[in-house]
Amino acid sequence: MLGTVYGVALNYRGRLAELKAVFSQPPHGAPPRTPVLFIKTPNTIIGPDAPVLIPDGVATVQPGPALGVVIGRNAHRLTLADAPGAIAGYAVVNEVSVDEISYFRPPIASKCRDNTCAIGSPTVRDALRDPHALGIRLYINGALRQIGSTADLVYSIPELLVFMSGFMTLRPGDLLITGTPPGRVSVGAGDSLRVEIDGLGSLENVVATESSVARREASS
Amino acid sequence: MRRARLLFEGAARSALVTSEDDVYLEDGGRLPVESCTWLPPATGVLYAVGLNYAEHANELTFQPPQEPLVFVKAPGALAGHRARCLRPDGVKLMHFEGELAVVIGRHARRVPRAEALDYVAGYTICNDYAVRDYLENYYRPNLRVKSRDGLTPIGPWIVPVAELGDGAGLGLKTLVNGRECQSGNTRDMIFSVPHLIEYLSGILTLAPGDMIATGTPAGFVDVQPGDEVVVEIERIGSLASTIVGERDYYRVAEHGS
Repeated sequence: MLGTVYGVALNYRGRLAELKAVFSQPPHGAPPRTPVLFIKTPNTIIGPDAPVLIPDGVATVQPGPALGVVIGRNAHRLTLADAPGAIAGYAVVNEVSVDEISYFRPPIASKCRDNTCAIGSPTVRDALRDPHALGIRLYINGALRQIGSTADLVYSIPELLVFMSGFMTLRPGDLLITGTPPGRVSVGAGDSLRVEIDGLGSLENVVATESSVARREASS
Repeated sequence: MRRARLLFEGAARSALVTSEDDVYLEDGGRLPVESCTWLPPATGVLYAVGLNYAEHANELTFQPPQEPLVFVKAPGALAGHRARCLRPDGVKLMHFEGELAVVIGRHARRVPRAEALDYVAGYTICNDYAVRDYLENYYRPNLRVKSRDGLTPIGPWIVPVAELGDGAGLGLKTLVNGRECQSGNTRDMIFSVPHLIEYLSGILTLAPGDMIATGTPAGFVDVQPGDEVVVEIERIGSLASTIVGERDYYRVAEHGS
């Protein structure tokens, strides 16, 4: 069963480099010293094939192709050596956000929207030889639009788990979204999204407006 | 009737409360409170509001916000009444934040403030501790400050909305070892309970059991291992917690359960 879903922002080297000048200014003053974590509330989560909802009043949203890490046991104060043993498996994730204007305040309006975070079926840990050498690709309506590699993570998966478990216990079924590669693109209602990760397969979702889905539910 | 959740003989129980010592199961059986552990009174997501009292915002050298500042708590951050709360060894400033918390009773999406109370089950008390040493200017307040294991006691029980209306006009005090260290009134919130429900439900769907901690008034002091911290809110009750250092915290955590 899926537990709490966590995400980490700014975890690809290219994205952090793009924002270097902004982050030297107020209100930031300096680049992040630790992983920039956030929580995906349960209302955000959908499965494979379910529509991603674009909230009424919002024009476009940004797909977030990402590698998800599923926790397999209670994990508290992990070390780098025992962090891999806390992993049950991996999943393809598309963490769709309303465009972020700022990284200063917690991203409720950007990242806690209903039905915006698609999570594929997990694969067991040993299915991946090296989770830090995986190509990630986003296709929109069949065309390749964003590409990255987990080789470019700022914090590796064990580093993230060590940091988080230093102050919060991770539970079996919790899932950590390890970040989205640079080069985010905007999509709108009607677009079809496919995220592919080497060794994990793909995850497909269409984008629909919130009101169109609400109408369909009301009439069915 | 006040509602609570307690852990008894290894299972979470829903309970009805007439006083802190008189707690009953729904079938009328009495729970031996001394053998129970108080749990958070609801199990949904806890949304917390920052800087919602002008004087507290000034105290932290911020301008009062133009829109509510909301952050999300990890489920493991929640604890019940009488929790033991860890102060990490070597930190310079950990402080309490006594707060009124709203418990949601019905799914709420795009609810105007005039109708907001229809979606409220009731009210409880929250102590939204912060370890300020770990503050960073990214998604501030960041998880390392605000989502630490068991560092957000909430409870002891839910008082029905019918008794408290919009939750304004309630005196709130926080005492450390019996000494009053924080005093305010919920009428001084920048964003009222109905306003917060309108704002949040305009972004996302609030679910039954979700909670909103509505921010803390002015006054904060460092808390140290051994301190007993009590947040009192008029017409709701008192929420107690005890600060412990790493040695005591992990001794019980590792050998106790």
